[in-house]
Amino acid sequence: MTIKASEIKVGDTFEEVLVEDLKRTQLVMYSGTSGDYNPLHTDDVYCREAAGYPGVFAHGMLTMGMTGRVVTNLFGAENVKKYGVRFTNQVWPGDDLKGAAVIEDIRQEGGETLVDLKITTTNQNGDVVVTGNATGRVDA
Amino acid sequence: MTDEKTITMPVEATHIMMFRRSIGDFSVDDTGLEDAAAPPTFPQSVAQFDKDYFLRIKPGEAWFGSGKNPSGVEGQAASSGGLHAEQHFEFERPIRPGDVLSVVTKPGKTWEKESKRAGKLMFSERITEYRDQNGELVCTARGVGVKTERPVDQG
Repeated sequence: MTIKASEIKVGDTFEEVLVEDLKRTQLVMYSGTSGDYNPLHTDDVYCREAAGYPGVFAHGMLTMGMTGRVVTNLFGAENVKKYGVRFTNQVWPGDDLKGAAVIEDIRQEGGETLVDLKITTTNQNGDVVVTGNATGRVDA
Repeated sequence: MTDEKTITMPVEATHIMMFRRSIGDFSVDDTGLEDAAAPPTFPQSVAQFDKDYFLRIKPGEAWFGSGKNPSGVEGQAASSGGLHAEQHFEFERPIRPGDVLSVVTKPGKTWEKESKRAGKLMFSERITEYRDQNGELVCTARGVGVKTERPVDQG
């Protein structure tokens, strides 16, 4: 269910489990749909023996995509006006990720009711992997 | 650096469906596919339509990835183009199945920073505009990439 301006207030927080025990197969799925076939995300041998990483890690855009579900569940995909993130830590197979959105502002602009969100995604250790902001249209 | 080519991105319901599954978004059931707006990060999959995209295998060219040996491209830098630092999307309207987007990317600012975990960091920005079949701007994306002096320290 998407949110309505009349049902929310600044400071309200919405949390969502984005993934539990992230699987390498999901990294492969995301490579396939996005077209980002960087072997850093699919090829453990390449990562360990050629690139100097302990193994494959998630595409930043996969983490952003999963985090975006918090935004689209609140606004509906058709109502998202802005969505941006910074990638602050890598995400690894086996990670559990939780996304949180805090209502920062509810405002009128151009005849629309807009809501600004501050977004944070954390892993099972409490490390922040993504921070960001989003703006969407809501019903009054 | 100039890469102001136009990429044509036909938006298809099945591509959006598969994209949605890959990010664990099960909010749209398969009967609503033809009308459903694409998730906000879907524009990034324009890579599928870029005939020169460097992260996709090309016939007759060496490609990185393990096979007979770990890297596939011996003698070249193991870094495959750097890491993603930031990504932003701004929408004039949602992207829907049936849209045919014309996509142009322009280089933006570049800057450098020192980091303890990966040495010198070289940032570069890319601005991508997505216009629809009527020439109207639909989405503007701003990506920031970072090339690191060495792999990010996991300590």
